[in-house]
Amino acid sequence: MAIRERLSGNEAVAYAIKQINPDVMPAFPITPSTEIPQYVATYIANGEIDTEFIHVESEHSAMSATLGACAAGARALTATSSCGMALMWEELYVAASDRLPIVLALVNRALTGPININADHSDSMGARDSGWIQIYAESNQEVYDNFLQAFPIAEHKDVQLPIMICQDGFITSHGVENILLVEDDLVKEFVGERNPEHYLLNPNEKMSVGPYAVSNYYMETKKAQREAMNNAKRVILEMAERFEKMTGRKYGFFEEYCMDDAEYAVVIIGSAAGTCKAAIDEIRQTTGKKVGLLKIRVFRPFPEEEIALALKDMKAIAILDRSEMFSATSGPLGAEVRAALYGVKSQAEVVNYFYGLGGRDITVDDFKVVYDKLEKIAETGEITDMYDYIGLRSR
Amino acid sequence: MAEKYNFKEVMSKPERLAPGHRMCAGCGGTITVRNVLRALHEEDKAVIGNATGCLEVSSYMYPYTAYEDSYIHNAFENAGATLSGVETAYNVLKKKGKIKDTYKFITFGGDGGTYDIGFQSLSGAMERGHDMVYVCYDNGAYMNTGTQRSSATPQFADTTTTPAGSQSNGKVQIRKDLAAIMAEHHIPYVGQTTFTRDFKDLYTKAEKAIYTPGAAFLNVMSPCPRGWGYETSEIMTICKLAVDTCYWPLFEVIDGKWILSYAPKNKLPLEDFLRPQRRFKHLFKPGNEELIGLFQAEVDRRWEELLNKCE
Amino acid sequence: MISDRINEKSPWQDITEGNKIYEAATSREFCTGEWRTSTPVFDGMKCKQCLLCVPVCPDSSIPVKDQRRMAFDLDHCKGCGICAKVCPFGAITMREGK
Repeated sequence: MAIRERLSGNEAVAYAIKQINPDVMPAFPITPSTEIPQYVATYIANGEIDTEFIHVESEHSAMSATLGACAAGARALTATSSCGMALMWEELYVAASDRLPIVLALVNRALTGPININADHSDSMGARDSGWIQIYAESNQEVYDNFLQAFPIAEHKDVQLPIMICQDGFITSHGVENILLVEDDLVKEFVGERNPEHYLLNPNEKMSVGPYAVSNYYMETKKAQREAMNNAKRVILEMAERFEKMTGRKYGFFEEYCMDDAEYAVVIIGSAAGTCKAAIDEIRQTTGKKVGLLKIRVFRPFPEEEIALALKDMKAIAILDRSEMFSATSGPLGAEVRAALYGVKSQAEVVNYFYGLGGRDITVDDFKVVYDKLEKIAETGEITDMYDYIGLRSR
Repeated sequence: MAEKYNFKEVMSKPERLAPGHRMCAGCGGTITVRNVLRALHEEDKAVIGNATGCLEVSSYMYPYTAYEDSYIHNAFENAGATLSGVETAYNVLKKKGKIKDTYKFITFGGDGGTYDIGFQSLSGAMERGHDMVYVCYDNGAYMNTGTQRSSATPQFADTTTTPAGSQSNGKVQIRKDLAAIMAEHHIPYVGQTTFTRDFKDLYTKAEKAIYTPGAAFLNVMSPCPRGWGYETSEIMTICKLAVDTCYWPLFEVIDGKWILSYAPKNKLPLEDFLRPQRRFKHLFKPGNEELIGLFQAEVDRRWEELLNKCE
Repeated sequence: MISDRINEKSPWQDITEGNKIYEAATSREFCTGEWRTSTPVFDGMKCKQCLLCVPVCPDSSIPVKDQRRMAFDLDHCKGCGICAKVCPFGAITMREGK
């Protein structure tokens, strides 16, 4: 029987870590992810887990030590947010190219500047090209469930890539919600032990990691990483299926909400999907308009074909980005979804919105306005701007 | 441990750094690595760490590794943190019964990767007390990128970013004293050494560093013929002059106690060490005698300071 | 030979995962002896087996067996001349060329 609890997102991740009982966790404090290492330190202090904590002096060292531990053969993870992740930047690429199945509990927060501690996806979106798998959550339940699937995905022999399990700072990380926890023995069975084929401390062979690779090898190395990322698509679905068998909770690359007959769709990542669902329920109830939502769970590997297929017959689509990338056309989610639609020659009108930057609130009414605009765009075929803002003050 | 030093027996121990690496002819860095690794007990396994630098790009150039042991390079500034992770993993896996063998953890970094960009990561690793040795092969500049100044570069050295010129006498600042800073971390073992005729000083310090439980730091002056500007064959003369002028004193700090390893009977004038090196050539131009005097005064001051600590 | 399995012609499928190498000391296959512009010549008659030349070699090119030094490993010796300089007995001389 599942265990009913009320936990914050950070508590849920920490609880998952306790159940997984990993080997090594180096971590450095930063708001809003700090609670995760705090809870883990408490578990260790009370003898509840075997994990060794490394009190590193920076996030760069946190990821460096995690990388060393993982290469050595241990199951290793860390947690961070925002600037902490920015300080790890170089190491994110090293972890991915070294093909080390590290797990990062990322609590999304705006990158400085100006300094801001609230939810925003600029940290992980900036790292989208680093070669990490990225899985996002709408709720505490989802972040817990995603976390339990993280090591099995990353450590799969056809993948061997690092993975970040993302949740929205404060909204999810600090908001307490009802949650169903999986029993300890089931988690142990689901996650299993890490048994790497090659590792530094293997008594039967010597291993060297992290070479200087000249141009004769670099490109082939990148191609191999891409192949692993492609394999991750299959493995993510396999793990989701195993997870569903265990819990009854179903996961895929994305969630489709009221999309069966939808004509107008919003595409979004993270906690704001909940607000969007409330707007959809209200719109459908009061006007009967066919509005729907596609909530991205897996952003890397990007499920391009599946997203295109789900969206191609819409009349109009709004893609909502919670991070800036200062391109001419859109935010990162907007750019990738647009590219996917171009590939299937979709006739859907597409508009991109920036919302929630640095923790700016987004409301049910905001979503109603978005759906109204989509209807108008579909009628007139006129899009004034490639991108627009939700909740921006302007003269 | 290291009670007696039988040179021939030590030289007969198996090599743990294989040939075929791409370090320059006459490289001091590789002499350091070979002789530090020789201090490992034959029955012990090891994981060797490495900061980015000459050594890394030359000793593990895909698919050619020069190491007889497992090896990890991560990046320039994080050799301390990376090996912290490896060592911690070892402790957990050993506790869980997944590993039976004894492993030792030794990481190498140049002075750029140690005194400068890797300083924070080194300090963190030492403060946390991981059972590892951080070895700095100090050649006094960023040699991998072409002899740029580091905080280990001696005052007045002509480097590519502190070139001597009509308005410049080379590097303005004096060297950072990293061994002293590491000693102030109150770790159980700090040693400073270089190459001596029979390598006893380096070997015994390396053995103590490796086999003292807890964090240890070893600073090894490792001359670079290209960066310093001397004939490759002259390395042992350069090292001897560095020691006999007290430019590079040999000492160790064991549990906070400072111990002088060697005091020259005849302390030679600093210019004997400076003269054979191209990087100090400008100091011997007429009118620059005062600069050598300043440099000598700094060496004397530090030597006296060290003698006081070692009393 | 690792160079038979991984070399500049290898397709991406043959590059080891994460560029890790699962064996020790593969660098031995790379002959740095090619770099030499002068070559040490060993005179076994003059050598007293003091072994002072052994630790100073940056290229691990003076093998030792049963406390006696063997012939130079000329596949790897780069000809730096440090050994010749430290030999107290003149048993090593440097000859121009490879």
